[in-house]
Amino acid sequence: MHVCGSHEWTITHFGIRTLLPENVEVRSGPGCPVCVTPAADIDAAVKLSVGGATILTYGDMSRAKGSGMSLYEAKAAGGDFRVVYSVHDAVKIAEANPAHEHVFFAVGFETTAPPTAYEILNGPPRNLTFLTSYRYVPPAVEAVANSPDLAVSGFMNAGHASTVTGMKAYEPCFNKTRKPMVFAGFEPIDVLISIAMLLRQIADHAPKMENEYTRAVTWEGNLRAQAAMDKVFDRVDGYWRGVATIPASGFNLREEFQEYDTRVRFGLKETPGNEQFVPEARCGEVILGKIDPPECPLYMKTCSPASPKGPTMVSNEGTCKIWADHKVLASMRCRI
Amino acid sequence: MCLAYPGKVVQLNGDFARVDFGEGTVKEAVNVSLVQAEVGDYVLVHAGYAIQIVDEAEAKITLQYWKQILSAMPEDRAAYEREMKGGLY
Repeated sequence: MHVCGSHEWTITHFGIRTLLPENVEVRSGPGCPVCVTPAADIDAAVKLSVGGATILTYGDMSRAKGSGMSLYEAKAAGGDFRVVYSVHDAVKIAEANPAHEHVFFAVGFETTAPPTAYEILNGPPRNLTFLTSYRYVPPAVEAVANSPDLAVSGFMNAGHASTVTGMKAYEPCFNKTRKPMVFAGFEPIDVLISIAMLLRQIADHAPKMENEYTRAVTWEGNLRAQAAMDKVFDRVDGYWRGVATIPASGFNLREEFQEYDTRVRFGLKETPGNEQFVPEARCGEVILGKIDPPECPLYMKTCSPASPKGPTMVSNEGTCKIWADHKVLASMRCRI
Repeated sequence: MCLAYPGKVVQLNGDFARVDFGEGTVKEAVNVSLVQAEVGDYVLVHAGYAIQIVDEAEAKITLQYWKQILSAMPEDRAAYEREMKGGLY
């Protein structure tokens, strides 16, 4: 199993599953941050945008629905949002409009959190606050490894997230679960070599933490980025939409940065959202890697990239969108 | 959210760098404060920030490993070499 939307893209785009032997199956695990962003957080962003704040966020986040509208749909109701490529753009936009409240909807994994931490440490403009909904992947890998109905034989770990955290972030999970682990890059060659490494570990009954992506991943990772994250964020339990609450898998702003915390600035209450997906949609099972997109009754019938019914079809890292964009219409389970 | 691209640092301006991703794509202001990059280094850029340096020597080693895997399949290697005509990319 891999846990990264970008890995799923490489695998599907280069037809890697079609090259594998019959007894090898690559599952697409929870690697799409937009897909697992709680409806409650999306609802909060929508409410703020309709209330007059300008929400700044990544493109696919703006099209994900919470309990009701997405940010994109809220525009028709008078809500304001703008798509940004980076948190730095959000800072520049807020600086250019000092009289107006801006909210950066901070979604992503540990790859994306360090730049935000950096901007907060750098002193953002007073009219910019951060609505954080970051998730931390290693605890999710542990949760999946412990799940008997997923029966994962080994993990292809998220290469770019690991450039930040270092391989060391997975040591506790590895020691507890003893699942084969390979830290994998994103070129098709990287994925193929990583699969070969995992199969070697499995065949030899010799699980280890192995690095395929040696040109970018080290044991220690990026210490500057880690230090910035530690200063700014506290690790708390995180709810992954469609999955579960996973311990220590969320990031909240530390108390000393309260003035930049959207929830504090706007006095947001912990309002639960409707975390369910639309009836008949099996987004949660796709997110976990339990099923392939074609096993959902809506896939490429009522749900498609032009008319998405759930976040896995909205997000660029969602398994359903990736498969749909490549016109994959059949399940790719192993044939044994 | 692992979408990051490798590019070469061609100019440094304090916390920012001009990064060349090849094929005519150049980004003028990539934030490099999270890494210790020199001009000529390759960096991985994610959402406008360099998150790690790419080690060129290690990249070559990975390509060698790939060649080893291919050479284990002699019947495919001949066809592969004909196609590639000596270069990998």
